[in-house]
Amino acid sequence: MSRSLRILAVFLGFLLVWEAGTRLFDVPTWFLPSPSVIFVELRSDPMLYLVQSLDTLATTMLGFGAAFVLGVLLAIAIVYSRLLENTLYTLLVSFNSIPKIALAPLFIIWLGTGLQSKVAVSFLIAFFPIVIDMVLGLRSTDPEALNLFKTMHGSSFHALTKIRFPNALPYMFSGMKVAISLALVGAVAGEFIASQSGLGYVILTAQGMFFTPRVFAAILLLGVMGTILFYLVDLAERLVCPWHVAHREEEVAAAARG
Amino acid sequence: MEVVPLRAPVAASGRPLVEFENVEKVYRSKRGDVTALHGINTHIGDAEFLSVLGPSGCGKSTLLRCLAGLEKPTGGDIRVAGKTVSGPPDNLGVVFQRDILLEWRTVIQNVLLPVEAQRLRVQEWRERAMKLLDLLGLKNFENRYPHELSGGMRQRVSICRALLMNPNLLLMDEPFGALDAMTRDELNLELQRVWMEDAKTVFFVTHSIAEAVFLGDRVIVMSPSPGRILRTIKIDLPRPRDLSIRETPEFGAYTREIRSLFQEMGMLRAR
Repeated sequence: MSRSLRILAVFLGFLLVWEAGTRLFDVPTWFLPSPSVIFVELRSDPMLYLVQSLDTLATTMLGFGAAFVLGVLLAIAIVYSRLLENTLYTLLVSFNSIPKIALAPLFIIWLGTGLQSKVAVSFLIAFFPIVIDMVLGLRSTDPEALNLFKTMHGSSFHALTKIRFPNALPYMFSGMKVAISLALVGAVAGEFIASQSGLGYVILTAQGMFFTPRVFAAILLLGVMGTILFYLVDLAERLVCPWHVAHREEEVAAAARG
Repeated sequence: MEVVPLRAPVAASGRPLVEFENVEKVYRSKRGDVTALHGINTHIGDAEFLSVLGPSGCGKSTLLRCLAGLEKPTGGDIRVAGKTVSGPPDNLGVVFQRDILLEWRTVIQNVLLPVEAQRLRVQEWRERAMKLLDLLGLKNFENRYPHELSGGMRQRVSICRALLMNPNLLLMDEPFGALDAMTRDELNLELQRVWMEDAKTVFFVTHSIAEAVFLGDRVIVMSPSPGRILRTIKIDLPRPRDLSIRETPEFGAYTREIRSLFQEMGMLRAR
């Protein structure tokens, strides 16, 4: 049996136990709805769920996109500037230990309760892994490769584009994989505190009415969305740095053979 | 197969391509100064194959890095074609001990890197790159990635890369040091063949006595602390040399001479 089939079987088994458990022990729906009730709830208003999902997706992608662009640019600046490395990078690393969610209320003060503050929270939480991994990747360049490039009379701009940046790509993608999940977390957190739309808002209002099937339906959609986004980054990695993915899979296979 | 004419090991006329004059390199640190190179005086003739031999720490790699313009001597002068080296000289090919292939580039893209570095048209060099790959036994490997190749093949790629733009000066820093003995022999032969087909001035750093004698027109023997030249030995063996030459008495005389030199210095102890 293939790996994905087994995963599917375990998942279906889990749903089955859940369904049977709620029926057998007559668990009230407001406490824990059964999978079938959640499914019926999803079917009852597909437009609501579609619109709210897209809303959350837009917030996530805006936050993630901004974190990606600014994170990569800042990482390049940090690696090329001793001053920035000694000041900004050190600050960033310590700033990273603050729970970013704690800053979310500040954004309401600064940006109001619209899209901007949701995106800001999503951005802030996704930004750090990208900067930190990208700096690591740019720094991990083999100094001898840069020396060799110098003996070829290559410019330092080309050393960045042809050696340092491609070398950092696997690090960048590992940062992006963490960041895409965090961007979604940030978007939902933003919707909890400062929004009238999105799946986070749906969860919050349904919870207020003890409409638990709706809470679960929104959670399910968030899970699906998070998984798809993660695998899209994974797919991008495969397309952009096939050498690295192949290398990694060979290592895994070699380790498995013992 | 084409007949390769024997040629004079050292060009008969003109000044040598590379001149070292009283080269000194001192590393300053808080725990005191370390003299890596002291009073290096030598030259490399046009199209000469110079082997630089010595134990680790004798400054042979430092000398190479100074010649490559990657480090600055603290004293003396290095000249290439009469010009003092102040950065990487023009028309230079370098091979390090590690192959330094870029993992995200295919074999052919790695070989063509120097063309991109100089912002020339890659298409115009492709044919020569393919020829070099063919010459070094890498036909049909041009679209592979480095991680698919063995250590010996990877080093061949890095040699192709160094030779691509027809450098007149080729610097090699223990290029075969990380390879197994058989691959090493094979690459010694190939390097000799490539060198004989296309006159290049070579500065070849090694710690293998046999390799230095086998490949060199001259061998410079260096000793550590401070790094200096102990002796320069001219190798008068006919070319092309094949591996069996290592069993001849003439070859043995050279290696014995060098070994006893190291023994005198206390670097190799006779049991």
